[in-house]
Amino acid sequence: MEFIIITLVKTGLVAFILLTTLAYLQWVERKVIAHVQARVGPYRVGPHGLLQPLADVVKLMTKEDLIPDHVNKVFYVLAPFLAVFLALLSISVIPFGPAVEIFGIKTNLGLADINIGILLILAVSSLGVYGIALAGWASNNKYSLMGGLRSAAQMVSYELPMALAIAAPLILSNSLNLREIVDTQAGNWYGIPNWNIFTGGQIFGFFLFMIAAFAETNRIPFDLPEAENELVAGFHVEYSSMKFAGFFMAEYANMITVCSVATVLFLGGWHSPIPSQAGSGVFAALVHFAAAGMLFFHAMHAARPFDKITFPVFGVVISGIGAIFLAGAFVWPALGAAINGLFWYGAKTFILLFVFIWIRATLPRFRYDQLMRFAWLFMFPAALLNMLITAFFVALKG
Amino acid sequence: MDLILFIVFAMFAVASALGLILQTHPINSALSLIGVMGSLAVLYLLLGAEFIAAAQLVVYAGAIMVLFLFVIMLLNAGEERNPWKAPVVAYIGGPVVIFLIGAFVYLINFTLPPMRSVSFGDFTGGGPREIGMAIFTKYLLPFEVTSVLILIAIVGAMVLARKEID
Repeated sequence: MEFIIITLVKTGLVAFILLTTLAYLQWVERKVIAHVQARVGPYRVGPHGLLQPLADVVKLMTKEDLIPDHVNKVFYVLAPFLAVFLALLSISVIPFGPAVEIFGIKTNLGLADINIGILLILAVSSLGVYGIALAGWASNNKYSLMGGLRSAAQMVSYELPMALAIAAPLILSNSLNLREIVDTQAGNWYGIPNWNIFTGGQIFGFFLFMIAAFAETNRIPFDLPEAENELVAGFHVEYSSMKFAGFFMAEYANMITVCSVATVLFLGGWHSPIPSQAGSGVFAALVHFAAAGMLFFHAMHAARPFDKITFPVFGVVISGIGAIFLAGAFVWPALGAAINGLFWYGAKTFILLFVFIWIRATLPRFRYDQLMRFAWLFMFPAALLNMLITAFFVALKG
Repeated sequence: MDLILFIVFAMFAVASALGLILQTHPINSALSLIGVMGSLAVLYLLLGAEFIAAAQLVVYAGAIMVLFLFVIMLLNAGEERNPWKAPVVAYIGGPVVIFLIGAFVYLINFTLPPMRSVSFGDFTGGGPREIGMAIFTKYLLPFEVTSVLILIAIVGAMVLARKEID
């Protein structure tokens, strides 16, 4: 009974945080791209456009939900649900933090802890193509169909190098359980964190995984399924209202999932890069205090009248969070272990998400034949070679 | 709990398999087949064969059926005409089905050794470690032969495709 209650609470929390992150990732993306292009981005709704995601949700929910006459109704309605469902499913096996004990309750930070976790993620991500392909086909529109076909071919092609890139850290960790994979990356080697990307020598594998992840999530430079200049909007041309939003939710949820997987497999999961002797416990607190200090400084030299109010408010909130981290480091070690794990996991995942957005603002789109040639002639042999070399060294070490 | 899940997914598997045959549109049939694969994966999971369940999803539902769907969408295959109208099906279809089912029941009941009833949770050899050990030690030869077979199929497909391009 206790297990069921704890699981329900954790599921609710993860779902809430995931959906909020999805909404705000959109805001972050618009802001980052705007600043790359020397614009300001969303600014009108709330301070610095912070309430923009809320406005977007209201807009999308209240729009008319059109179902065109010429579509295959069943699959047209099914496709966005399938996309969202499969995108949200794989977060359930990601471990966010270590096993903790708070208020006498012992639990793992993360939802399900199964011994084929990484295989489940691969399975779900390989099923994810159905949402897009079916949407393209059911829309009964030549642009949608082209988008759906492209997406099917692209995701099948890039799944191979992705799976092979994943195989190398699995060989190093000798496990398919994500929590055990993270546990093998604990500690450090003469100050270098014992992550697969450093001491495991998987830096090449990490880049292969990230490239394949861009293709799997249909992000620029591999967003051929929705290439605006050729296909209008690709597979979701005919969609409106929440069904349209569903595809966006699925895309962002997939981004979060692949970034989490990269964090877990290559970047040591929740482990801190700073050895605990060097004060990894207070690092998170220092980051928050520095951010709060910056906000207070900008509030003193406010460029806009509202900033005099909003900046100090956010500064107080963030220094409060910093104080919690400080309390975790010195007063309450059980809490400290939990929130520091979450902090490092979140920081790594967010940096990878930022890379996704950064590349969207930087790179142009591939041509379709280039995309396919790249997958089969470079990515696949390179990932295979990476796996073989890793296996060779693991065998050599005994 | 196991039994309820088994009944639900077994029924779903059978219903999807019937749908696969009875649907007239190829896309509907392909999606029914994915339903069969998915419910089979759940049944494997119930029996304790996690690795096979995941492989079933990755390989069949995730890769092979995507290719099926891709080809159907690419060729834009339309609805099949009603097969019941064909005289062969209409007159000898029913008797053949009854004969096949009868033969199948006979074979299972009278020629195979009597089976123990399966109970959930008995089988523990379904993890990735056990499967890997089995494939690369005890069943190494069949595994390698199958790999060569697949390689031959790939080379054959490439030769055929190359002839078409030239």
